[in-house]
Amino acid sequence: MAEEGKQEQPEQKTATGLLERVKEEIEPLKEKFQQDLKGLKQPEKTQLYRSMFRVKHDETPRSRSLGVISNVFLHLHPARVNRDAVRYSYTWGMGGISFYLFIVLTFTGILLMFYYHPTKADAFRDILYLEHDVPFGKLLRNMHRWAAHLMIITVWLHMFRVFLTGSYKKPREFNWCVGVILLVLTMLLSFTGYLLPDDQLGFWAVTVGTNMARATPLLGHEGPLGPQLGMTPFNDVRFALLGGSIVESNALLRAYIWHCIAIPVIATTFMIVHFWRVRKDGGISGPAPVMLEKEVRWDRLDESTVRGRG
Amino acid sequence: MDWHQLWVILSTPDNIPIASLLLLVPFYAWYGFRQALANDRLIEQLEADPVLAKTHHRKTQPWQPHWPKEVHVWPYLLKVEFLAAIIVTAILFVWSITLNAPLEEPSNPSLTMNPSKAPWYFLGLQEMLVYFDPWMAGVVLPTLIIVGLMAIPYMDVNPLGNGYYTYKQRKFAIWAFCIGFIGLWVLMVIIGTFIRGPGWMWFWPGMTWDHNRLIFEVNRDLHDLVGITSIWGKAVFGALAVGLYFVLAGWAVHKIITLTEFSRKVYERMTLLQYLALQFFLVFMLLLPVKIVLRLLFRIKYLWVTPWFNI
Repeated sequence: MAEEGKQEQPEQKTATGLLERVKEEIEPLKEKFQQDLKGLKQPEKTQLYRSMFRVKHDETPRSRSLGVISNVFLHLHPARVNRDAVRYSYTWGMGGISFYLFIVLTFTGILLMFYYHPTKADAFRDILYLEHDVPFGKLLRNMHRWAAHLMIITVWLHMFRVFLTGSYKKPREFNWCVGVILLVLTMLLSFTGYLLPDDQLGFWAVTVGTNMARATPLLGHEGPLGPQLGMTPFNDVRFALLGGSIVESNALLRAYIWHCIAIPVIATTFMIVHFWRVRKDGGISGPAPVMLEKEVRWDRLDESTVRGRG
Repeated sequence: MDWHQLWVILSTPDNIPIASLLLLVPFYAWYGFRQALANDRLIEQLEADPVLAKTHHRKTQPWQPHWPKEVHVWPYLLKVEFLAAIIVTAILFVWSITLNAPLEEPSNPSLTMNPSKAPWYFLGLQEMLVYFDPWMAGVVLPTLIIVGLMAIPYMDVNPLGNGYYTYKQRKFAIWAFCIGFIGLWVLMVIIGTFIRGPGWMWFWPGMTWDHNRLIFEVNRDLHDLVGITSIWGKAVFGALAVGLYFVLAGWAVHKIITLTEFSRKVYERMTLLQYLALQFFLVFMLLLPVKIVLRLLFRIKYLWVTPWFNI
């Protein structure tokens, strides 16, 4: 017993010692916790925040510039722009809206791809399924279609604005060409998507559209000099587009792959060039100060119209 | 007046974009020209007053000497972009909730749609099919449109009007582009959507789309007017006729390019290659309205008939 009692005492001692030790060690932890709490009230000073954003977001000109330049999505923009260019009246916002619609279309398009099989047996049924069973499926499809139509309109109007402001002139000639290619790609994107529901509307629209390819000079079997060069319905350019002599399952698959992969990749590449060139060609073209007829050296053919921005 | 037919065409969900095009294109044309005319007034004022030209900030937008010429992208541009994204998203949601994307019967190669129309943005090309054979309307002319658009910056040597709206300093360029874009493209899309009915026949707005309608149009070729019947005779006569068109159209285009003293100044700056390219694209562009007039007024189908192709 004595032995037992002897054994118990040191145990109690160690137990109270542990409690005290814990208390002792908690004190500084509490202080640290208080400090952390204080730190949370200023989240922009945390390491996490600083590692993400790098720069302060106060209202100094330096921070405002850095906020744009050091952000991967915003660095397409310069830090500062012509004060009149931010007005709606000059650009009509059509280029930016077109790009935004492209993003909307990519987003809704990816969601649609989850519910769609590009096969003759499934395609039309998938659309019915999408419209009646998939949650928000109808909204998704509607939004994809209307955004596509809207994008064509905004791209046309963008071209119209760029022409009216003479923005294609030196030094932006090449970017206008890139823009024309993007205009064509936009319409081709929309056109290849037209067939995918595999309904009468898409089928006949694509039939009418690709029938024109028959008549391609030299390369179509109904085109000028096509038959003389050995073109038949089974080897001409229309055959290559459709993967067959009629709009059938191969055409559906080809339209699908052009629509979902090939043209978006090509268009994205051209868009990268387009946006890059906007910056490299001196930023947005105006509104620039007007020039007078007598200020131009008419005899100098290489007289450029490049001026400083704004 | 068949109001129901009109309503059916106007309210087809796929036609909404074209109906909105009817409003948007005139609106933005007005919006652009309003600024162009304002700038033109400023230009006139500055030309008349050289002292003012030296001190004026040369924009119609307000300006104070102590204002910086540039503003920060954040927040002044980004807030506009953010707002635009929200508005576009809201429009899309409302549009998508109220109007359903069309879905017809399953595709059926043995049941032809009448009228079977291309997607609306290609209706300009389909409308051209009335006046040209498919190899022209579907292949050659679209290619020329694309190449011609890309050639614009390299043919337009007018140094004025870079970066601001103006009409006075770019009359020729603006006329040429507006005729092409509004007259020969947007208008064709609108005709293709609202006017063309079954059999691609012309139905004025409000006419009933009669699927049994027949029009007895006796189209003639140009050589029929002079009574040439041999194949080679037709080919040679047609080549002469088309050649004559090119000469006449080229002459007319030249007259327009050198119409005013200002346009002659621009013309002086052109290289031969630039001039010939401009001639080429404008003469081909004019081919469409010329063929429309020939067809609608004189019922002439082809100018040039050969065993291999017709124009």
